[in-house]
Amino acid sequence: MSMTDGPTPLSSAKAAQSAADREGLTTAPGASIAGRRGKKPGSLGQRWNALSRQQQWCFLIIVVVLAYLLPVINPPIITTEPGNNFGLACFDMARFALIAIGLNVVIGYAGLLDLGYVAFFAVGAYVSAMLTSPDSAFLKIPYLWTIPVAMAVTMFFGVILGIPTLRLRGDYLAIVTLGFGEIVRILATIIPAMKGQVGFQSVGHPPGTAADGNPIFTNSNGVPWYWLILTVIIIVLLLVGNLERSRVGRAWVAIREDEDAAEIMGVPTFKYKVWAFAIGASIGGLSGALFSGQVGFISNQRFDVYTSILFVAAVVLGGAGNKVGAIVGGALVSYIPLRFTAIAEYKYLIFGILLVVIMIFRSQGLFPARQKLLAYGRDAVKWMFKRDDGEHGTGAKRTTGTAQEKGAQA
Amino acid sequence: MLSSLLTSMPMDNDWISFDVVALGQNFWSATFDGLTFGSIYALVALGYTLVYGVLNLINFAHSEVFIIGCYAVFFTLSGLGFGPNAPHLSLAAIVLNLLLALIIAMIASALTAFLVERIAYKPLRKRNAPRLVFLITAIGVSFTIQYIIRLIRGPNAEPAVTMFKPTPIFDVFGTIVDSQQLVIVIAAVIMMVATERFISKSRTGRGIRAVAQDPDTATLMGVNKERIIIITFVIGGILAGAAALFYVMKIPSGVQYTGGFVLGIKAFAAAVLGGIGNVRGALLGGLLLGLIGNYGQILLGNSQWTDVVAFMVLVLVLLVRPEGILGTSLGRSKA
Repeated sequence: MSMTDGPTPLSSAKAAQSAADREGLTTAPGASIAGRRGKKPGSLGQRWNALSRQQQWCFLIIVVVLAYLLPVINPPIITTEPGNNFGLACFDMARFALIAIGLNVVIGYAGLLDLGYVAFFAVGAYVSAMLTSPDSAFLKIPYLWTIPVAMAVTMFFGVILGIPTLRLRGDYLAIVTLGFGEIVRILATIIPAMKGQVGFQSVGHPPGTAADGNPIFTNSNGVPWYWLILTVIIIVLLLVGNLERSRVGRAWVAIREDEDAAEIMGVPTFKYKVWAFAIGASIGGLSGALFSGQVGFISNQRFDVYTSILFVAAVVLGGAGNKVGAIVGGALVSYIPLRFTAIAEYKYLIFGILLVVIMIFRSQGLFPARQKLLAYGRDAVKWMFKRDDGEHGTGAKRTTGTAQEKGAQA
Repeated sequence: MLSSLLTSMPMDNDWISFDVVALGQNFWSATFDGLTFGSIYALVALGYTLVYGVLNLINFAHSEVFIIGCYAVFFTLSGLGFGPNAPHLSLAAIVLNLLLALIIAMIASALTAFLVERIAYKPLRKRNAPRLVFLITAIGVSFTIQYIIRLIRGPNAEPAVTMFKPTPIFDVFGTIVDSQQLVIVIAAVIMMVATERFISKSRTGRGIRAVAQDPDTATLMGVNKERIIIITFVIGGILAGAAALFYVMKIPSGVQYTGGFVLGIKAFAAAVLGGIGNVRGALLGGLLLGLIGNYGQILLGNSQWTDVVAFMVLVLVLLVRPEGILGTSLGRSKA
């Protein structure tokens, strides 16, 4: 999980040196940002960053193990109310978390509003269903093979939709995706080959049988599916985390913060926006394929556009731009209606109001997007100064001096 | 693998079939119906266009402003004794009843637009929130209003209220134009011309154009920006209220909590097609989209294709000519 999203810590020797450098750097512009940010003592992210790398790893391993054990332990207070199978609820939470991670790439990192995310989810689910269900006229392939196919197809749709809209201002993307979310459902209804409400029965599932000869992956038992999707989430997090800290991630944040400035600084904004959109779409397709395998039945009834607003609410609630936030937000949006069945009927209303209230009062969500990339840049600057220090002693002083001058001017 | 996938694809009518004969037979009736729907789209599109011109914001809640107007029409007319069958009233009585419903719908929609602006957008404007925050708020408001309606009135459509029985007025190319189509198109065009005149000639209209062009300079020149923004939302609301009456007139049983949503996307597509931020563009875009959607629906053989065709038009316009057909912004439109 967040093992990937911290700035790569400097080795301890370098850290000691950077502490020495800090005095000289306090007036530098980057450091002043750090100082301001440092004024939030005790915030979760702060405490997390204060831990050593080993402690972070230990903590993460515990969290991951607990997450895997969750449906087995079935904790009494957390468990869902009778009538909602806890294993299936776990799967549903994990599914929402995966969707939120994907949507977070689009909304959180690149700052593009995708209101039709359910469409990509639906495309993935349909691809998986149509390639495995006996009801479709397509060629049949093993279920696990449909997952990459589903991701490729949704990515293709993402690119097709992204190219006309991403050249323009972000607002157009919002309305085009909103329309697309509805169109996919309508097309599934009116194109005879998509079978509308009849849908596709007995979608495939991964191979494997338990000791008693029954298949492991069934529609009624959510636990193996939960473990599968949890593993997928961890893999996706590792990949997305690496992307986030790469050149691509920096480009996304630059676009999110100020697209014009990013363009002027030489970031090919259109290219990176299409990338963000396509990657987000393919993660949506991935979760759709997993979903269709688990429920085993896909029809047009499962993908109304209102669900995509729930997805947006999940990302925004957790904190756009924060992977941990996306996971928590996604899990919460799925969990709350399952845990408190009394309010399940009003979930859309509740999350709709929540969306507006969060935006007006706390637009950063539960877990604010940490300005990791700025912090990362700061560390890079320190590292550069140190190297200067080591190689040509005067160079560092001169640079520090200019930094100070700049700080004074500012 | 790919080639075998392609060969196994069902290539008959399972996917999409075109019915050119039906389009040829119904061309003129599709045209008149398309113009009728187009005028309704255009009225709603004006609301999007005005707010977009002034605030650079897609007001997703505008579709709910419209649907609130529909509910106002429904309640007024069913309160006045209208039902699924057209009542036997004199012409004057019908006109009076419809005018009353029109005014109530306009007030309801304008009030909704005003409240949405004050409650949701003003706090954001005050703290200069990023664009993404505005958009998410807008969609959240739209979503919330839909579900409040659903909570109160349930998920099903309201019973039909038929205002009057369409009577044939005259014949064009062997196709009858009825009173309903005529009333809707003429009334909508009158309203849009009035809006256009208001914006290009009146003092307030000049203020709207000034704020659309450059809010800061307009404020320095003594334009009350907040007042202009409210007026813009209210005008959009009034036009949406009018559109609501015509919509219920055309589709008597179309009053449902989701009804605004799809129409909203079509209206926005119309605004983009004509050139968003352009008052005349909204009219042109609305009528064109109504025609294209109706032809597409007959060609493809299912009424739900209208939405798909409208969406395709939106994407194509964005691809080829994102500034729309007329393309000028509200601020630069002729004085």
